[in-house]
Amino acid sequence: MQGPARIAEGLLTDAARPLGFRFDGQRMQGVAGDTLASALLANGRRLVGRSFKYHRPRGIVTAGPEEPCALVDVIGAGGREPNHLATTLALYQDLVAESQNRWPSLGFDVMALNDRIARFIPAGFYYKTFMAPGWAWEPLYEPLIRHAAGLGRLDAIVGEHAALAETVHDHADVLVVGAGVAGLTAAHRLGASGLRVVLAEQDTVLGGGALLDARWAEWRETTCDALAGLPRVHCLARTTVLGAYGHGVFAALETLAGADAANLGRLRERLRIIRARRVIFATGAIERLIAFPGNDLPGVMLAGAALGYLRRYGVAVGRQPAFFLNTDQAYESVFALAGAGIERVGVIDVRSGSLAAERARVLGIEVHEGVVVEAVIGRGAVGGVRVANRDGSQRREFEADSLLISGGYCPATALASQLGAALKWQDAIAAFTPELAPAAGRVAGAARGVFGLAAAARNGEAAARVIGAELGHASLAAGLELALPPDAEATPIGALWEVQARGKAFVDLQNDVTAADVRLAQLEGYEHVEHMKRYTTHGMATDQGRIGGLVGSAVLAQARGLPLAEVGQPKARPYAQPVPLAALAGSEVRQHLKPKRRLPLHDWHEAAGASFVTTGLWLRPLVYSRQSGWQPVLREARAVRTSVGVTDVSTLGKIDVQGPDAAKFLDFIYANTFSTLAVGRSRYGIMLREDGMLLDDGTTSRLAQQHFLVTTTTANAAAVLEHIEFHLQAVCPQFDVLLSDVGDQWAQFAIAGPRSREVVTALVADLDLSGQAFPFMAASAATIAGVAGRVFRISFSGELAYELAVPARHGLQVWLAVLAAGRPFGIRPYGLDALNTLRIEKGHVTGAEMNGNTSADDLGFGRMLKPQADFIGRELSQRAGLHAPDRLQLVGVRPVNRKRRLRNGAHLVAAKARTVSLGYVTSSTPSTELEGWVGLALLEGGRHCRVQRLLASSPVHNEATEVEIVSPHMIDPENVRVRA
Amino acid sequence: MLRIRCPWCGERDETEFRYRGDASQSRPAADAGLEAFSAYVYERKNPRGWHLEWWLHVGGCRRLLKLVRHTLTHEIRWVGNAEDQASLPREPGR
Repeated sequence: MQGPARIAEGLLTDAARPLGFRFDGQRMQGVAGDTLASALLANGRRLVGRSFKYHRPRGIVTAGPEEPCALVDVIGAGGREPNHLATTLALYQDLVAESQNRWPSLGFDVMALNDRIARFIPAGFYYKTFMAPGWAWEPLYEPLIRHAAGLGRLDAIVGEHAALAETVHDHADVLVVGAGVAGLTAAHRLGASGLRVVLAEQDTVLGGGALLDARWAEWRETTCDALAGLPRVHCLARTTVLGAYGHGVFAALETLAGADAANLGRLRERLRIIRARRVIFATGAIERLIAFPGNDLPGVMLAGAALGYLRRYGVAVGRQPAFFLNTDQAYESVFALAGAGIERVGVIDVRSGSLAAERARVLGIEVHEGVVVEAVIGRGAVGGVRVANRDGSQRREFEADSLLISGGYCPATALASQLGAALKWQDAIAAFTPELAPAAGRVAGAARGVFGLAAAARNGEAAARVIGAELGHASLAAGLELALPPDAEATPIGALWEVQARGKAFVDLQNDVTAADVRLAQLEGYEHVEHMKRYTTHGMATDQGRIGGLVGSAVLAQARGLPLAEVGQPKARPYAQPVPLAALAGSEVRQHLKPKRRLPLHDWHEAAGASFVTTGLWLRPLVYSRQSGWQPVLREARAVRTSVGVTDVSTLGKIDVQGPDAAKFLDFIYANTFSTLAVGRSRYGIMLREDGMLLDDGTTSRLAQQHFLVTTTTANAAAVLEHIEFHLQAVCPQFDVLLSDVGDQWAQFAIAGPRSREVVTALVADLDLSGQAFPFMAASAATIAGVAGRVFRISFSGELAYELAVPARHGLQVWLAVLAAGRPFGIRPYGLDALNTLRIEKGHVTGAEMNGNTSADDLGFGRMLKPQADFIGRELSQRAGLHAPDRLQLVGVRPVNRKRRLRNGAHLVAAKARTVSLGYVTSSTPSTELEGWVGLALLEGGRHCRVQRLLASSPVHNEATEVEIVSPHMIDPENVRVRA
Repeated sequence: MLRIRCPWCGERDETEFRYRGDASQSRPAADAGLEAFSAYVYERKNPRGWHLEWWLHVGGCRRLLKLVRHTLTHEIRWVGNAEDQASLPREPGR
């Protein structure tokens, strides 16, 4: 019996296996099966944290995931993890936990001063106080607020320390959420009839309410055993359904038990994506609090939690407990504690003459009827209670060491609400129940307001019958025919939300929201329940206000003079429970964050010493050097300018377009004309979006009368394919055209430089490559180093250049042949950096310039737009605004002082008006042939700019460089070289 | 998450598809003028109710599908091919 408050054998605990742990530095002992909360309570520990806003002392309030107060930091080998719920954290040997939100210590907290000045920090305090001046936010207000607020401390646990998680997919006929008696019954009936069932239970064991009632022990064990024997039923304990996303898709978080985690390489969480044809929400009901002054003092706890600690862990939460309740159901806790030998039990029942009170008196329990708790006596811990009649008369005080409260039970409606279920007010239980559309599934048991275990079991069975019938099982297989212990006859609830008296009465313990805050919100015009929620932060903490949410709504309803049914509750949204980001990421972290696409020649590039960069998921060689700086890049680029280089352009998007209407279709897709293109020729083309802005560019070749090959930029390959496919199917369905993505099928290399013709001639035997026979923009099938492929005479670098395309599997063979043929000329492979240097000098644009905000005209392509025929984007590209003379237009820039460098993103400003941006540098590079740096920029009215000089200002680098504005075609503007 | 019954591939997750907008819009004739094209590109009804929409099955058959979907309940009443004619249900929908 570890701990003085452990008075009995618990259902889940094993007294023979003690576990040592530390809380706030203090050594304690619990037993296997404990949660941190039950172990702390067993050790008599009451105070476990300080509250969020007022820094008031707080204790453990619940025994489950709805806990608002007992949040702790867990310090493990990997670092500190904040915001663990002590009520669900399984105890393990040498667990180290610390309380949160206190400084310097839990017992003495400086910020507790907030509690004394509470009337100066009302709801909406931040909105009202930290207003003007705006500049003060960053240096002053934010650090102040951040220091004062918050719960746990977040250390560097994200990187290497994050726990392992994985994602799995489950498929089922029926998902049953919740394994109380309703869920267990439904899952068994459906599973026994041969349906595939997933039963998800957030608790570590199945049973729900049956765990807390000894009469149901046999029923629970028999049913669970029977379920375990059904091959098509998958029972998942420790699995919380987080979200219901419609169309039968659900997300659930499974937290692995210590032993499983150890066997699976420390895997801690599993995100389960469950697809089910039907769902049964048997999510039970959550006990709610009552708002009265002092309802947050350590020692005030929900009545059901006290029952849970006793049955599950054998822990008595007090020796002299007072109960404050309004339902017969809550008396189960009274009878259990009295039955366990706690002698000094007292009950304060809001109602008079209830059946349960009568049964309690028979057992010799003191019951005060028709009264309420007005105040809790004691500082830091419960010492007694002051009760009075509901009108405040006949005040009297009683001694007590704990106060166990119950304001009734709210069906857990969050998941059903996510599926659009309306909430219906039920007077009989003073709570809302969900009205779920039958097509989505059913709600069963306490979740639909059916209280009492036997009634819930019958209700679960009824749900199973209708779901079974919907899924083609008109009659279900026989059930277990177990006798159901009868439910006691109950007197109805005496609804009570708040006792108005002096002192703070909390409706949200985690965010420190009081009933008075709710009234203030109403007074200040935040009347709608959603506005009240946001203004006061009621229900916005990690517990989502599950034990006080409806109480806040009730206070608001009373303030507005409306029935609670009309005021309603804020809408529930996923997730139903806080989720570690690591669990959502699963294994898609670090190198697995995104898929990687490797070039056919990846291994060769790597062996040649390439550094890689990711573009459009492709790993592209950036430069063939591990050395940083521009020297290796310029070496590669100069090889192209002076002799010959070769680069891998296999990443370009390639779309094969065939059919009788192929030419007509391309005329529609491209802004310029392709139907006039001769067979065996290539043409540069630009595509617009329908709104008239530039989408992409590339070279398209006509391989046969009805056969074209479209190329796209690497980054836009997927988007352009989608764009073309959409328009073919939606806008031009009458065209007889077939599209095929052949991007991965071809390896393609650009061989560029004045000696490139000699290199290609050495490789291609069946093609006359002379300037006359195969001019600039020629395209042809050819045999390249013995491989059937294609040769294109196109150039991105501005030099005489060819592109060779061969089936990807022959890529390496041909690449090696190119290198061999180029050896006499000192051929160099060049990477993306050198490619970029070459195209910037030449004034060719890429995604940096075609950035979605630029029109064809802006980049100097205005004359390419065909005037005579329709094409995507034609009409809207003619809008006057897209031709305004002051638009940002493409220009070249060079530093006046050739020793200065350029920066991408630097703003172009006039020397006398440095805060007015006239444009910005989009691309820049040191030049191969010109002195110093060259760049491309978008400049207001750039094409006809009269200003010769501006400043390129980069405040982040603290630089302002004087630049001259030049033509973007900085090398060979007459295009002599490409036509050589 | 939507589950879409592709006529070619069967029922698949929404993540395999790309939404391509309002399928009740059709591209104006070439000479329809600026107003018509502006409406085609920018003006949408954004209804609370049944909606005819394009979905491209990029992670599957790459066919363009036409869907009748309820924007509030996400119910998908009908899935067809691009050229199929569809009409929106009269009732407001569940």
